[in-house]
Amino acid sequence: MSKFLYLFWNNEGLSKSTSPERMQELTKAWMSWMAELKQNDHVVQPGERLDGSGMMVRGKSKTVTDGPYAEAKDTIGGYLVIQATDLAQAVELAKGCPVLSGDGLVEVRPIIS
Amino acid sequence: MQDIPELVDHLFRREAGKMVSYLTRLFGLSRLSLAEDVVQDALCQALQSWSLHGLPDNPSAWLMRVARNRAIDLIRRDSQLGELAPELTGLLQIREKTLESQPDFEKVIQDDQLRLMFSCCHPDLSSEVQVTLILKTLCGFSVAEIANALLANVDSIEKRLGRARKLFRESGSLAEVTDAAAFSERLEAVYQAIYLLFNEGYHGSQSETTIREDLCYEALRLALLLCEHPQGARPRTFALVALFCFNAARLPGRVDAEGFLIQLESQDRSTWDQQLVGQGFAFLEKSAAGNELSEFHLEAVIACLHSSAETYANTDWNRILELYDLLYQFKPTPIVALNRAIAAGYSRGPDEGLRELESVPDLSKLKDYPFYPAAQGEFHRQAGRFAEARLCFQMALDLARNPAEAQFLQRKLATCESEC
Repeated sequence: MSKFLYLFWNNEGLSKSTSPERMQELTKAWMSWMAELKQNDHVVQPGERLDGSGMMVRGKSKTVTDGPYAEAKDTIGGYLVIQATDLAQAVELAKGCPVLSGDGLVEVRPIIS
Repeated sequence: MQDIPELVDHLFRREAGKMVSYLTRLFGLSRLSLAEDVVQDALCQALQSWSLHGLPDNPSAWLMRVARNRAIDLIRRDSQLGELAPELTGLLQIREKTLESQPDFEKVIQDDQLRLMFSCCHPDLSSEVQVTLILKTLCGFSVAEIANALLANVDSIEKRLGRARKLFRESGSLAEVTDAAAFSERLEAVYQAIYLLFNEGYHGSQSETTIREDLCYEALRLALLLCEHPQGARPRTFALVALFCFNAARLPGRVDAEGFLIQLESQDRSTWDQQLVGQGFAFLEKSAAGNELSEFHLEAVIACLHSSAETYANTDWNRILELYDLLYQFKPTPIVALNRAIAAGYSRGPDEGLRELESVPDLSKLKDYPFYPAAQGEFHRQAGRFAEARLCFQMALDLARNPAEAQFLQRKLATCESEC
């Protein structure tokens, strides 16, 4: 088994106008995807979700700027460490991620052991 | 597969309504938007946390705690809330301590919801604005969902909500409904708003029916909530609940697989929700206590006769006609008169029905209503006059207000043509 990092690039971006019903739908989809991963012993570290805000510290000048990126949809919304037999399986498992239903993106990166 | 802790259907929506009600009492009606923002944040946080870590033991309490903490943060940070801060923060902290240990917290929240429901029915707001506001604040619908359910556009829904918020902002605590006298004064408006909410869901149709059915179930939930209020627990409210139960029981048989309306006559009665019919009977019985007779009583009994009839033909049309006679005295509207005429036709034959249709008062008000010529067409068809029937259905079809109505009337027209 090898370890992989999933980075969830924000999808539809929750806003003031996202309905409670839609949020519940998303929560449900995430919970069942996570439960399936756990059940098959793929979850190494359940990860965290990240807030959209934050600061960037950049370069030699140590410039500090607001927020990771200008567009909320271009930010990393969370991460998760899983284990899989190989990259192909890790990619296959990522296809069930609900972030995709909002046209988001899962970055799958092997962790160097 | 191991058991995944299940999220109760519509939990977010329900909890949103409860939290907005609770926070609105703490912040005051003038800061309704603030309460809504806090609740939206709490729900976002739930999504973030629960999606990776699973459901907490008590999701409702979790949400309420997060919303409260967020509210305390805001109060501390917002200078505009500054004056209120010590008092509010104190209040919030007392709540925090006692929240879980307080056995009657559900009751507190229930009272908050009732209070907000009465506040939404402010006399300076039109019933259309009242219903929109109730859906947004108490029922946890988004603007887009309300627009979809009420067949309005997003802009007009935003405008309605803006009007209400402005009124609340400007009139401050004057808009609050706190004492018994104010409750009594507003009760009628609350009835009308809930009644309208149900009818918005029940009548008019489109392919997207789920969201409209939700309106019916929300109206039923609010009417049941009203029964929990000392001044709301009265025969008229029970009759309203009974009416909703009997009508909601028929929702599952009302549309076909493509989402088109099936008329009562052709519905599969085995799909009707017998549990709701039973609940309807229980509330009808409660509504008979005392000597109050309201239009809700009459409508409930009519709905009861429809929902408990084994077949369309076996329906007690004589009794329904009597009830419509009475109902017309309470509600002398052209629609009631039209329904009365239809009942007369089923009770005494199609020609009698046609005569009654012609003598409907204020007929001009129904000139754009497709179901008036449709009723004429139906009685002509029953009398075997297919050419006349076809003309009437064609007239009805020309008046159709949406694709579902058009499709429904098109089918009517087609049956006539095949019988010619």
